[in-house]
Amino acid sequence: MNRLSLISLLWLVIRRDLLLAMRRRADVLTTLIFFVMVVSLFPLGVGPEAEMLRKMAGGVLWVAALLSSMLSLPRMFAADHLDGTLEQMMLAPQSLTVMVLGKITAHWMLSGLPLVLIAPVLGLQFDMPVAAILTLMLALLLGTPVLSMIGAVGAALTLGLRGGGVLVSLLVLPLTIPVLIFGAGAVEAVNSGLDAVSNFALLGAFLLFALVFTPFVAAQALRISME
Amino acid sequence: MAINWFKYSAPSTFYGLAGKLIPWFAWPAAILFGIGFYIGFFVAPTDAVQSEAYRIIFIHVPASILSMFIYLIMAGYAALGLIFKTRLSAMMASALAPTGALFAFISLWTGALWGKPMWGAWWVWDARLTSELILLFLYLGFIALQASIEDPRRADRASALLAIIGSVNVPIIYYSVQWWNTLHQGSTIKFSGTSMHVAMQQSMFIMLVACWLYAIAIALARVRSIILERESNTQWVKEVRE
Repeated sequence: MNRLSLISLLWLVIRRDLLLAMRRRADVLTTLIFFVMVVSLFPLGVGPEAEMLRKMAGGVLWVAALLSSMLSLPRMFAADHLDGTLEQMMLAPQSLTVMVLGKITAHWMLSGLPLVLIAPVLGLQFDMPVAAILTLMLALLLGTPVLSMIGAVGAALTLGLRGGGVLVSLLVLPLTIPVLIFGAGAVEAVNSGLDAVSNFALLGAFLLFALVFTPFVAAQALRISME
Repeated sequence: MAINWFKYSAPSTFYGLAGKLIPWFAWPAAILFGIGFYIGFFVAPTDAVQSEAYRIIFIHVPASILSMFIYLIMAGYAALGLIFKTRLSAMMASALAPTGALFAFISLWTGALWGKPMWGAWWVWDARLTSELILLFLYLGFIALQASIEDPRRADRASALLAIIGSVNVPIIYYSVQWWNTLHQGSTIKFSGTSMHVAMQQSMFIMLVACWLYAIAIALARVRSIILERESNTQWVKEVRE
């Protein structure tokens, strides 16, 4: 039997998912467009005063990031579930946890990373100062992987259910509140002249904590759903 | 004497036991509610600062305590069900969820009624209020997940996993919300003496026990219905029905 090292297994899964996504680019773009749209709706709703927009920019971008990452969650396992790939993955002798980690990483690269990269443009729309924009990007960089990881558990639990999309948001959103608090808190801290280090430290702690546990828990959730 | 501890882990035997136990919890609950309300409304003195409005704590505090406690019990049953694959534990977890959600709702509702005269607002984004609201969301997520899965085995195991994740997350959420903002008054009951009048304390304690007994009684009643529903195709249920 050809032994696959964990790293190459991880890389294989990530590459496969990225390749599949590149063949259907529209899916990736819709999430990004949704993010841009939600953020652009806020000034229309609350009024264009630069002072107020600057104050709420961090929170608005974070909530929009949360919502758009929820939007792409059902896709994480659905296609593989439909064509039977997921079943083969579970039957494979290799670690399901590592494969799930690969899928989470690919999901983040397709739905989280684009948000981090487009955030500065939206930040300018909200008249954010440069320091706040950089803080926001770093916070999103640390926080969005956690959203993908917690979301993976929700996606695995709701695999193949009616109304899975709404249900997964209902399950996952309350669990992501700490990320939202400290992510938006980092921007808030910089805006009021404080140091955002403690926020980054906590976001980093969430990231490590989620990295250790969520792939395993999501793999267990998949086993429950596929039984 | 050897006792078979596992006898009542079978739904068919527990069904009868639960039926016998319910009156032992339901009646004391009703009586204690009566006593608690009497002391709370007529015996406990008027508060110097908060006047009559403080009396809402007699239901608010027990409801808050139980809403949090029931979540832990529920997660505990869910974990038992997931580890030992005992069907009854999962049924208990799903029987507890609506009661927990109810207490969380009561706690938020009475808190709002108290907040209006005290803080001048129905709702403030204070740490405890927010985390209680999130707790209600967690309950609703658990109930929604259970309701949307048709296969009861998968529903039990999936929602059990969700409850466990939730209980790991509860302290994280609680502290993050606390650092975020705080306005709610600190705990009045501390282990080193309290700053409360004796009658108030008694009433609150009696109400807490009453709510506790009520929760047990209603969970047992609900688990009986769940057992009947799940086991409806077995012989013993047909005998019970006759």
